[in-house]
Amino acid sequence: MAHIPDGVLSNPVLMVGAAVAAAGVALGLKGLDPVRVPRVAMLSSVLFVASLVHLPAGPASVHLLLNGLAGIVLGWAAFPALLVALLLQAVLFGFGGLVVLGVNTVDMALPALAAGALFRLLWRGGGPRRAAVAGAVAGGGAVLLTALMVAGVLALSGREFETAARLVILTHLPLMVVEAAFTAAALSLLARVKPEMLRGRG
Amino acid sequence: MSLPGAPCAGSSILGEGGGVRPPSLVERLDSRTRVILALLFAVALVTGSDVTLLTVGLGLALILALLARLPVVRTLRRMLVLEGFMLVVLALLPFSIPGRVVAEVLGFAASAEGLTRAAQITLKANAITVAVFALLGTLEVVALGRALARLGAPERLVHLFLFTVRYLDVLDREYRRLRLAMRARAFRPATGPHCWCSIGYLFGMLMVRSLERAERIDAAMRCRGFTGRFPCLHEEAESGPGALDWGVGAASTAAVTLLLVMG
Repeated sequence: MAHIPDGVLSNPVLMVGAAVAAAGVALGLKGLDPVRVPRVAMLSSVLFVASLVHLPAGPASVHLLLNGLAGIVLGWAAFPALLVALLLQAVLFGFGGLVVLGVNTVDMALPALAAGALFRLLWRGGGPRRAAVAGAVAGGGAVLLTALMVAGVLALSGREFETAARLVILTHLPLMVVEAAFTAAALSLLARVKPEMLRGRG
Repeated sequence: MSLPGAPCAGSSILGEGGGVRPPSLVERLDSRTRVILALLFAVALVTGSDVTLLTVGLGLALILALLARLPVVRTLRRMLVLEGFMLVVLALLPFSIPGRVVAEVLGFAASAEGLTRAAQITLKANAITVAVFALLGTLEVVALGRALARLGAPERLVHLFLFTVRYLDVLDREYRRLRLAMRARAFRPATGPHCWCSIGYLFGMLMVRSLERAERIDAAMRCRGFTGRFPCLHEEAESGPGALDWGVGAASTAAVTLLLVMG
């Protein structure tokens, strides 16, 4: 859902997005031990598969962003993992574009990092119920933050997009609820079965 | 190229299918040429603003699609798949940019400038999408990863890309198995926390299983002496760019120069 196609954003926004994405991916790769690569790849393919699933929400159906969950289980590796996912979606399905890849990555990955940090702050190695609550806050918050960032880059690209930017935030609100419930369930299961996964080291 | 949604449809996501038909003109290009060409085309279109020029760009992209022998109907359908909110953005533009009024809808004035802007965005987005499908979508995903590596992308990023692609298929099948098991227990997707949480548990389980699988893979790879490097056995690694690549390179350089000169 956070796929802005090519041709919408202004050039300065595109350049700043690409620069921030490059820095984030470089940092993410630097902390990525080669031994962890299969693990991170496995998780990012799970998240990719999950992002293709349509969930019913009222009359429409939504598909999940899952960047909150990605930030919680991957930590900084979420940056390269989300870049890979977005590149695959652009090439395989035509969602998003090539030049906006940087902006789209930043829109997804920065909220992911924030969600990861927030989750660990709230969870502190507690039980599954605590993980569920923290996961709901982090998962829903990541969607909200992504919506705000998408709206922000639209508004920065030109005054004519201001109405559209407000609409973006509005349309992401139902997704926020669905994603909070989804993330809470997934994390309470992980906290029960494999709590070591939730320490953000993939 | 096959989608993860249809993993069992003959040619797999790894693309070892091949087929008997001779390679199309686009497929005869070096994979690196295709990546560079796609990027160049995208940047040129994004920075351009003249509607005639963008129409020519869309025409070029469609010619590329024909040369790549993309199925016509599917390409057209994919062109129209702009995200829902983008359609709203486009529809709002004529009303949110002030200018010469050309039409009135329900008392709101639509400006010519707004219509031009909406046309520009539609042309750009569709031309780049079609070009990406023609140039990169016809490339095996693994070949795309290798091309990126040979163009200087960080090695770990390429490994991450290749591993992710490798396991998409496996995990998609695992997901379908779990969904089937849920259906056998009379689960039906419906709006409400029960459904959302059930799917959440499903993916939590999938993550646990995939991590255990990753540990086994890691152990198996070490057994075979994995040192963090993939040796490339493909012939393409040996062959340099051919005459066709040089020709396309010269033509696109000329086109970009022309664009810069014409401003």
